[in-house]
Amino acid sequence: MTEYEAVVGLECHVELSTATKMFCGCPNEFGGEPNTRTCPVCLGHPGTLPVPNREAVERTMKIALALDGEVAPHSLFHRKNYFYPDMPKNYQISQYDLPIGTGGHLDIDVDGEIRPVRMNRVHLEEDTGKTVHASATGRIAEAEYALEDYNRAGVPLVEVVSEPDMRSPEEARAYLVELRALLEALGVSDVRMEEGSLRCDANVSVRPAGSAELGTKVEIKNMNSIRSVERAIRFEIDRQGEALKRGEPLVQETRHWDEDRGVTTSLRSKEEAFDYRYFPEPDLPPMEPDEGWIGKLKAELPELPAARRRRYVETLEVPAEQARILTSAPAWADLFEETVEAVSQPAGAVANWFTQTLMPQVPPEKAAGRGDAIAEVLRLVSEQEISVTAGKEVLVEAVGSGRSPSEIVDERGLRQISDLGGVIDEVVAENPGPVEQFRGGKEGVLGFLVGQVMKKTGGAANPNEAQRLLRERLSS
Amino acid sequence: MTELCDLPGHELARMYRAGEATAVDAVESCLRRIGAVDDRVEAFLRVTADDARERARTVDARFAAGEELPLTAGIPMALKDVLCTRGVTTTCGSRILGTYVPPYDCTPWARLGEAGAVLLGKTNCDEFAMGSSNENSAYGPVHNPWDLDTVPGGSSGGSAAAVAAGEAVWALGTDTGGSVRQPAALCGVVGFKPTYGLISRYGLIAFASSLDTVGTFSRTVRDAATLVSAIGGKDPLDATSLPTEPRDLTEGLDGGVAGMRIGVVREWLGEGVEPGVKAAIEAAIERLGRLGATFEDATLPHADYALSAYYILAPAECSSNLARYDGVRYGHRAADASDVIDLNSRTRGEGFGDEVKRRIMLGTYALSAGYYEAYYGQAQKVRTLVIRDFEAAFERFDLLLGPTSPTTAFRIGEKAGDPLAMYLSDIFTIPSNLAGNPSISLPCGLDERGLPVGLQLLGPHLDEATVLRAAHAFEQDLVFAARPPLVEEAAA
Repeated sequence: MTEYEAVVGLECHVELSTATKMFCGCPNEFGGEPNTRTCPVCLGHPGTLPVPNREAVERTMKIALALDGEVAPHSLFHRKNYFYPDMPKNYQISQYDLPIGTGGHLDIDVDGEIRPVRMNRVHLEEDTGKTVHASATGRIAEAEYALEDYNRAGVPLVEVVSEPDMRSPEEARAYLVELRALLEALGVSDVRMEEGSLRCDANVSVRPAGSAELGTKVEIKNMNSIRSVERAIRFEIDRQGEALKRGEPLVQETRHWDEDRGVTTSLRSKEEAFDYRYFPEPDLPPMEPDEGWIGKLKAELPELPAARRRRYVETLEVPAEQARILTSAPAWADLFEETVEAVSQPAGAVANWFTQTLMPQVPPEKAAGRGDAIAEVLRLVSEQEISVTAGKEVLVEAVGSGRSPSEIVDERGLRQISDLGGVIDEVVAENPGPVEQFRGGKEGVLGFLVGQVMKKTGGAANPNEAQRLLRERLSS
Repeated sequence: MTELCDLPGHELARMYRAGEATAVDAVESCLRRIGAVDDRVEAFLRVTADDARERARTVDARFAAGEELPLTAGIPMALKDVLCTRGVTTTCGSRILGTYVPPYDCTPWARLGEAGAVLLGKTNCDEFAMGSSNENSAYGPVHNPWDLDTVPGGSSGGSAAAVAAGEAVWALGTDTGGSVRQPAALCGVVGFKPTYGLISRYGLIAFASSLDTVGTFSRTVRDAATLVSAIGGKDPLDATSLPTEPRDLTEGLDGGVAGMRIGVVREWLGEGVEPGVKAAIEAAIERLGRLGATFEDATLPHADYALSAYYILAPAECSSNLARYDGVRYGHRAADASDVIDLNSRTRGEGFGDEVKRRIMLGTYALSAGYYEAYYGQAQKVRTLVIRDFEAAFERFDLLLGPTSPTTAFRIGEKAGDPLAMYLSDIFTIPSNLAGNPSISLPCGLDERGLPVGLQLLGPHLDEATVLRAAHAFEQDLVFAARPPLVEEAAA
């Protein structure tokens, strides 16, 4: 029996994939030579002013709408003031008490059970630059100097904040998978955690199971994959639960996830927390979208992963688990639907190929635009020109390499021999003993004879067909 | 005799087109005057003589080729050193930007430069535009051409003194709490602050963003109208610039004041106003009355609180705006810092002067957790009340009238040790910054010491035309012919 229950809320930062930065015309691209994607505005030069990126504002509104939240009729940018050299103005233009989006929910699937996680807010801000500490040991405290790269400074960043509605690391994982799928479906971000375009902080507390009050909250930072979020939360729940069992008080603090050691360590306590001195950004007027604008964006929303999942199960009769896997990766789901259209096979069978063969073995970016090849492989298998085993091999190779499936089939001699008459004759002539045994009623010998056919054809025969033909031949 | 450098811009523009003078003549005249007096006035931080001559020659060639150019073409002018100029050091009167060379032009100068205006140089000012006497500049005070022992006012003291002394024909300054109108009053020139948002702030190095307004210094109201027409209008680089098309504000200048209803702000003619100032304002009221305007007493009930609200809001914004000066990217950088915090604090400690530090601390405190509502929140409410006061007043009146400053020019050092006394210099100018209304200061006479008094006219939001029309009518009738002794001497 669990003595303690975990309470988890997530704050995700999503870099928008707009063409330009949030408040200037610099290109918004990952990487690049340091400080080449900068201008006086995003370097915080004296006298420069921010001008909001309309596309970024619209994308933020879409995220809020996709989460079934409200787009505020009046929202404001605020300045968040603190000194850090990767922030050119030493304040970040962010949002405070009047964010663009409020409320809504994200429905997560945990072991087939759908649970809503309520959303707190969706707000828009600018990203910071990056600091590289130069030290022989790699430790910040021992660095002799630091270098700043402002290419990322001013990239539009959306903060999506949930209510503390999750109760386990598994639910946190499900939330992140679902949020990532939603953002990908909206086409607003690259959502690559490894490149930092999706980042996540977790607020974790524990309390006696069944209690309605919240425990002391700890914020965990520095997790750079969904797996590390799950691990960090698990570690933190255990740490806090054990501390409570020992009767030790917990402190409200920010903790740092150490991926290598698999532990969290204290970064700063509540007393050391910054006073950000938020105040309304005087350089930017309020955002007051009218109903028409909001309605237009709502109408532009694509089918979202949850709806797609329902359609797969209800209309296409895809098993729920496979529907979940497919729709958690919208690019794969698009290819899946394209393939279902192109081949005359039940969607469930196509889903099998995707979830069991393609998705685990081929990176999604290689699969993009390879719908024709996938359909061709499935057709080759269904028309028995190649075996199922060969089909899996060809599928992975063709989609991964970009080559045509037929070419691979021919090159590797995978085509099944459909006219087996001659080979059957040979096998029967060369194996009089087993033939007699079979005729005498020893059914098991048939397997041996099929094996001989396979051997002669170098595995290219369809074994079912060989068995059928042998049976036909020997019973005549 | 009157030299070219002492003429109004519109007269030079006429002479260029009539072939009576060239831009090169006017530039040389200004440069001679700068040479003659600026070691005493100290209005300029940098004179860009070579560039000015080069630009003047180009403009003359274009005139000679028969090209039609804007009225600002070829007029030698100065810019307050808070306005960014590409390739020309722009210091804000601060050590922290002592080496800063902007990579871009501010929008007002970009528009003027495009039109063929000629930049003579950058003028001295209170550090980051914080001050009312120009004594807060890291590069020393500016001296009032009317009496070199007195201040020119501030913060745009250099621009005001340069125009008053004939060192520039006109100039741009910035007005956050009176920094154009108050020095214009003290130096006997026309200072115009248009509606907040009419002129782009892009490239104006921010002091208090919600209050900072580019304004003009000139010898005539017509010149003010010409300059604002040339630089105003929506700028895509400033999200707070108003969606207005460029307007020609010189149109309708001659309409007169007959039938105009003017409210006299009585609170501004009471205690603390020097008798000489009061007398000149009363005389101005009489004059405008003779010209056909009608007068009644107006009241701005919350104007008394405007100064206090201003000294919360402006420092709060400044504490954030000035955070970027940290020694990391540009400007002064403390040597041999041990870590980034040491770098930031020593750079700022060495780079900023006392008044700037005072305001950063005031603003930081006002925005701190637990104090925000009591200070910043309360000040915003006062600001709203002041805006409503103006709205109510402009339902009854076309214009409001009062002195620009309670005093004429005071002696250098007189108020330097008493920030509160200094802050009171802007008591009549701050309300229209809080409300964003257009207002102008124009000379209306001399006090018993022979120092100029400024008359302030305030208009409704975006009604520059009425403000300028009344100011022009007054100016035409008064004919303020007095000139600073320094100018009389230089022109003799």
